[in-house]
Formats: sequence, C-alpha cells, structure tokens
Amino acid sequence: MSKEHRYESGLAVVASDKVKDPGIEPHRVRMTDKSPAKERVANRQVAALFIASAVGSAFAIFAYFAFPITEDLGTVRSNTWWLGIGITLGLFGIGIGAVHWAKTLMPDTEVSEERHQTRGSDEVRARAVEIIKLADKESGFSRRKLIRRTLYTSLALFPLPAIFFFGDLGPNPANTLRHTMWKKGTRLTKDPYGTPIKAAEVTLGSVFHVIPEGLSELPEHKLEEKAKAAVLLVRLDPKDLKEDPAKKDWSYDGIVAYSKICTHVGCPVALYEQQTHHLLCPCHQSTFDLTEHCKVIFGPASRPLPQLPITVDAEGYLVAQSDFTEPVGPSFWER
Amino acid sequence: MAATTKEKGSFLANRANYLDERVGVAGILKEFGRKIFPDHWSFMLGEVALYSFVVLLISGTFLTFFFQPAMTPVIYDGVYGPLKGAEMSIAYASTLDISFEVRGGLLMRQVHHWSALLFVASAGLHMLRVFFTGAFRKPREINWVVGFFLFVLGMGGGFTGYSLPDDLLSGNGLRIIDGMLKGVPVIGSYVSSLLFGGEFPGENIVARLYSLHIMIIPAAIILFLAVHLFMVVIHKHSHYPGPGRKDSNVVGYPLMPVYVAKAGGFFFIVFGVIMLISSTFTINPVWNYGGYDPSPVSAGTQPDWYIGWLDGALRLAPTHLEFTGLGGTWSWNILLPLLVGVLFLVVVGAYPFIEKWITGDEREHHVLDRPRNAPVRTAVGAAGVTFYAVLWAGAATDLIATQFKMSLNQVLTSFQILLIVGPIAAFWITKRTALSLQRKDREIVLHGRETGRIIRMPHGEYIEVHEPLDKYEMYKLVEFKSYQPTLARPNSEGKITVKARMRASLSKFYFQDRVAPVGQLELDAAHHDHAPAIEAAPATKKPAAKKTATKTATEKAPAKKPAAKKTAPKKK
Repeated sequence: MSKEHRYESGLAVVASDKVKDPGIEPHRVRMTDKSPAKERVANRQVAALFIASAVGSAFAIFAYFAFPITEDLGTVRSNTWWLGIGITLGLFGIGIGAVHWAKTLMPDTEVSEERHQTRGSDEVRARAVEIIKLADKESGFSRRKLIRRTLYTSLALFPLPAIFFFGDLGPNPANTLRHTMWKKGTRLTKDPYGTPIKAAEVTLGSVFHVIPEGLSELPEHKLEEKAKAAVLLVRLDPKDLKEDPAKKDWSYDGIVAYSKICTHVGCPVALYEQQTHHLLCPCHQSTFDLTEHCKVIFGPASRPLPQLPITVDAEGYLVAQSDFTEPVGPSFWER
Repeated sequence: MAATTKEKGSFLANRANYLDERVGVAGILKEFGRKIFPDHWSFMLGEVALYSFVVLLISGTFLTFFFQPAMTPVIYDGVYGPLKGAEMSIAYASTLDISFEVRGGLLMRQVHHWSALLFVASAGLHMLRVFFTGAFRKPREINWVVGFFLFVLGMGGGFTGYSLPDDLLSGNGLRIIDGMLKGVPVIGSYVSSLLFGGEFPGENIVARLYSLHIMIIPAAIILFLAVHLFMVVIHKHSHYPGPGRKDSNVVGYPLMPVYVAKAGGFFFIVFGVIMLISSTFTINPVWNYGGYDPSPVSAGTQPDWYIGWLDGALRLAPTHLEFTGLGGTWSWNILLPLLVGVLFLVVVGAYPFIEKWITGDEREHHVLDRPRNAPVRTAVGAAGVTFYAVLWAGAATDLIATQFKMSLNQVLTSFQILLIVGPIAAFWITKRTALSLQRKDREIVLHGRETGRIIRMPHGEYIEVHEPLDKYEMYKLVEFKSYQPTLARPNSEGKITVKARMRASLSKFYFQDRVAPVGQLELDAAHHDHAPAIEAAPATKKPAAKKTATKTATEKAPAKKPAAKKTAPKKK
C-alpha cells in the first residue's frame, strides 16, 4: 500500500476538534429478514409482477393485430392506446418486480469500500515518467526539432481542406436577398390560390394575405420566393394614415401593403389588431404600427416592415408599382 | 445469498467458463461485480437521462425505417382527410404516414418525442443535483464539463429532430434560426446560405439536419456518455455526508446483485413511464399544423421546452438595438440574446474551475455538500436557475398574457425587469435561508430537538424539554467543510497582483458570512451547560432509543458518550 498523497487544503478551515465519526449506522432489519412468511409473500409478489409483465407483452402482440389502423382515424387512437398499454405493462412488470426483489429479498446491509486517490501511486507515476522519457529518447521527439516542428505544421494544416470541402453546401448569397418576385405591374393575389384582388373588394378593416401573381405556377423555388414576397394587405380609413409625404402615393385609397416577413428573425407577422391598427408577430411579439409605415412600437424588432408600393391597373386590380425598395425579412450584415 | 453466477448449477457454470476462457470475464467480474454504489434518490436523475437516451435510440431507429428526409414537394394522398390533396414535402408526408398508416408508428413517434423531452429534463436536473451538492469538485471537474457537453448535445439533438417533420411549427423554428444566423456580423448571410443550401428554406435543410440528428449528434452523445460513465467508475460514486461516509471510502450496496436489479429494473420503469405517457398523451400533433409554408403562422407558437430559454432571450431583447455602422448592420437585438445565452453556458461549464480557483482546495472531495453548507454556491445556483427560468418563461409571454388576461406589453416588460432583479433576489433569499438552516442545524446539534413537552421545575420555572440527537443523526449535521476568506497577499516580488485582489474579494464574497460546523469542544460545553435532569429525563436510554428494531442487528458498539472524549487543543 502506497501512502496517500497530501494535498493543499486552500482556504479550508482545518478543524482540530472535529466531532468523531460514529461509523456506519447499524443495520435495520426488514420484515422479510425476520419473518419467513413475509419473505414468501415478497417472493410471490415478485413472481406475480413478472407474470404480469409477460401478460402485458403478449397483450401488446395481440393488440397489434386486434386493433389495426383503417381508413377511420379513430383506429389510430385505439392502436396507439392498446399497444402502448400492453408494452407499458410488460415494462412495468419487469421493472417494479426487479426493484421489489432488490428491496425486499436482497441484503440491504450497507457496505463500505475503500477509495483510492485518483492519482497513481508514486511508484506508478515514476514508471509513467520513465516510459515517457524512454519514448522521448527512443523517438528523439524533444531532440529532433526539425521533425517536431514540421510535424506540428502538417498536423495543423491537414484538417483545413475539410473546411473548404463544405464550401459547396450553398452558394454565395449574392444579391438574391435584396430582390423579390414583385415587379412593376405584378398583380397582388390571394394566398394560397392566386386569385387577383380588386381594390373594391378590399373593404375597410379587412386583411388579405397576399402573394405575387404567378407564384403558385413557379416550377421551382416556390417556397423561397414566398418566404420573401409574402405581403399583408389592409385597408384603413385614409384619415388614420400618417403617411410620409415621400411615400404618399405608395398606398391606394387607404389600402396599404407591407411585407409580412418580420424584420426581427423572419416569422410571418400575421396578427392584425383591427382597433389599434397594429401588426403583431406571434413569434417574438414585435409590434408594428400600420398607420405610420409599420414602425416598430414594441418588441425586439428594430426596422419597420418594408412597404410595397401599390396602385391599380386598368381593370381595377391591385398591382405593385415596383419591387420592395429595401431587403425584406431579417437584417443581415451587408444589407 | 445468491452470490456469483458461477456457483449456481452446471449450466451457468459452463457458460461462464466458456466466456472466461474466451473473453476473461472472471477478471471483469472480480473487478466490478461487487463495486459499491451509494443509495440516494437524487442519484437516479442521471440514470433517468441515460435510460431515456437508450429509449431514444430504440424508438429513433424504428422511425428511421419509415421516415424519408426529403423536401421534394408531393401531393398528399394518405388517409388523413383534412390534408388530402395538399402540397407538402416528402418529409412531412412520411411523418403523416408514420402517424396514420404504420401500426404503432404514432406510438413510436410519441415515445421518441417524450423521451427526448425527458432526456434533456433529467440531464438538466442531474446537473443541478451535481451543482448543488458540490459533486463537481476535484477530481470530478472534467466530468462536469463532459456532462455539460452532453446537455448541450441533448439540446442540439432535440432541436434537429424537432425540425425534421418539416411542419409549419418547426419550419417557423428554422426560420428563426435562419434569421439569427443572418444577424451574425460579416459572415451571417454566408453561414445561412451554407446551412440551407441557398435561400431559406431551400430543399436541403431536412436532409442535413437528419444526418446530424441520426449520426453525428448520437455518435457524439454516445462517445461523451462512455467517457462520463468511465469516469464515474474511476472516481467511484460520491456519497452524501453521514456517519461512516468519508472522502476515503464509499458506502452503499454492491453492484451484483443489488444494483443490477435496482438499476436494471429502473430502466424498465423509466421506459414504462415513457410508454405510458406516449400511449395516453399526444405530443407534437404535426397533422394539425400542416406542412411548412413561409406565409402562415399559428398564434402561440412555442418551441420544445429546452429551447424555450433561448427563444425567451430573443423576446426579451429591448426594442431598437440594431444600428448600422462600421461596415455593416449590427443586429444587437439578436447578438445580445445570443451572447447572453453563450455567456450563461460558459459560466455553467466553467463553474468548477472558478470555485476551485477561489478555494484553492486541492483535496479530493467524495463526500457531497448539503446545499445549505455551501450558502453562496447554493445562492449562485439559485440565481442561475432563476435567470434561466425567467428566460424560459419569457418564451411564453404571449400565452401568459392571453391566459391571464394581461397586457402582453406589460408582461414582457415585467420579465425584462425580472431577468435582472429575479436572480439578485433569489441569491439573497437563498443565501440567507442557507445560513439560517445552518444555524438551525447548530441549534439542534447543541441543544437537541424541541419536543413540545413543557415541564415545570421545582422552583417554578417552565422549560421545554429538548431531546438530544442520536450520534448518527448528529454527525450528518456537523460533518462539512468550512472555508474562510483570504486577504490579497503580495507575491514573491512584493506586489499585490490584480489576480490576487480578485481572488481575495471573491473569497470574501463566498465565505465572509459563514457558519462553522459544531466542534467537539462546543458540543461538550453545550452538554455541560444543560441541567442533567432536563436532558436525561426523556433520553435515559441514550441515542438509538428512538428506533425500536436497531438492537437486533447491531454489530457496532462504540456508543461512547461524546462527553467522555478528551478535549482537543483549543482553537481561536
């Protein structure tokens, strides 16, 4: 037996008059230790639990066939329920049985086992140092500086190609984040069916979830385009609008269109409070004021929702005057 | 008693012999078969985490046989009527198929989801147990870090799995991730583009998360788990303070047979509980949400619980933090919550090293602290829990507002205030409570327990009889390590470094208010003070008298009266 190593005790108060350790508490005898009758009962209880488990497992197999899933969706529930109950019984029986066995029939006298310090004994440590020194001597690791340094260099460089390998995970963002499908003359249509909207249809206080015309017919990148182009259309009483003179003609007779994509982290700002004319993002509660160009009045967002300039075409349908004049959605560095 | 398998009958003996001659199983059994594990309910929290991970592997494997991680749009033509004819991704359609067309498929999905929730929850509670009992102290600091990474990996595994069905709810979660990534200075939009394979949402993310979810993250968890458990074996399990429990021993029951039965049985119980919940309670009914579409969103969106604190951090960021300058857009409304989250995690991961630096205690600690006996650590932990809890509850500000009919804005503002004030209040209350509990312990050790019996003395005085503790119970209350603050001392060059100053003030912060454990001298003095008639009356039989059954199996006898002990040299 090697000596225990002495460690620094730091700021610990080393008490000189510690109360003496009385040693492990005496064992308390259980009923099953004293009474053979109780022991037999416990024995039977454990066995009964194991039998219950077997019954449960068998029932689960039975339930698999007896409760199939059909066209009627209610069968999904009974299938899930009965299979689950059977397996639950199968598991509980084993689990409770084993624990009951341990608690009633296996010895419950506490035993003490010696612990050794985690560090190796002095002899072991000496031998370890010896091995390292020997390996160093035999390989010349410390001595051969050139080899060592070139090894470090090569080891530092070898994982680098892997990083570049991930370069093709996606294209450079380029300019796509700045543009959406909206162009001069693109009709505003209803999400998701793409029916164009007449200005006259938009009654006071009503809200339209809008996508650009032609979005549903896109052969690809439908969701990517929708994630940028989604718009919320609302008609307010023109008296309520406090419009910036420069953007005066972006609305049409009190009808305003704003990007539906939150400028915080991009959730759809889908909740419109009719009384206050506020738009609320359900994800992080950023609140925008429709009457003042959707400026942020509450929540973590910082920028107003970009406005889509709109007007009507010859047939009376609402159309965009142009694309958004700034990138929509969450902020990014180079916007 | 049923000892090793080898003594039992020739069948087992032959098998054991066969194995030993091929894999040397006898040596393994000799080493580990009778290893001692201490017993305490709180030690089962880590077990719950381990077992729910096993359940995750089992149920997850089943799901991989049916799930198709592709985002190619298809027209749904399954049995779920409301979505018939809707355009959706293959991933979402196959999730619906698992739920509605595979027998036991919905059950397995729910088992997988519930066990994921349980995994992170139990790992978190296990971490709290380790923290509040000081089990992270030397030699277990590294294992704390390993466990910390397991917790973080658990959150990662949860989030990647949650996003796989490509439903409306999880798609909005990914949208938030995209928005957060884009907010990172300089590289944001590039990182987002790499992750999503172009613009959000693209058609790649589900397959990529799938690789992470079923390969990389589980492999990492298994690796870390192996290291975690290996270190438990090396250190042997820590135990709570009590009679006979020392830093140099471990007191409990042997692995074989007691812990094989208890822990093995417990696996089935944990699995059973998960199965029962999964067969009776719906989780993540993705068919109600519909496939992902960037335009609609449901009100009251919530992430799975373990992501809540990060979502809450995003919500609690004050308005108008973003500014443009220095070459780009600084989205502090995203960066601040991110940094707060990362900083919180770093402090949690590094805590053992911080405390070790302050105490300078190099000794090995295998006897746990009762939380009250480390008042400031416990208070720091309570502050951390409160901070986390406020962020977490912050993710439900909208629901709190609608459920309790309050103003959403006021709820959010209150949470912002609470995020600062809450931890401070929790710290103070906890520290004071811990110190008071320590004083109560001293009181009980020195003067015994109040019995509620009032007696009248011959000279007319009324007193309450106090019943002394038995020596085993008492030892639990006096056995703990106490520390005292240090002063900033000059180093060898005679200079007081900033580091020394910092350590000194931290040690003051930690140990200035302290209650020392009762020593033998004090104990003797206290017993001496009491009139023998009062104490002797109810306790003539001496300590163990309360427990009736003890005598039968007692083999320990040193029932020496504490008072009989020779006094040790005086201190202070």
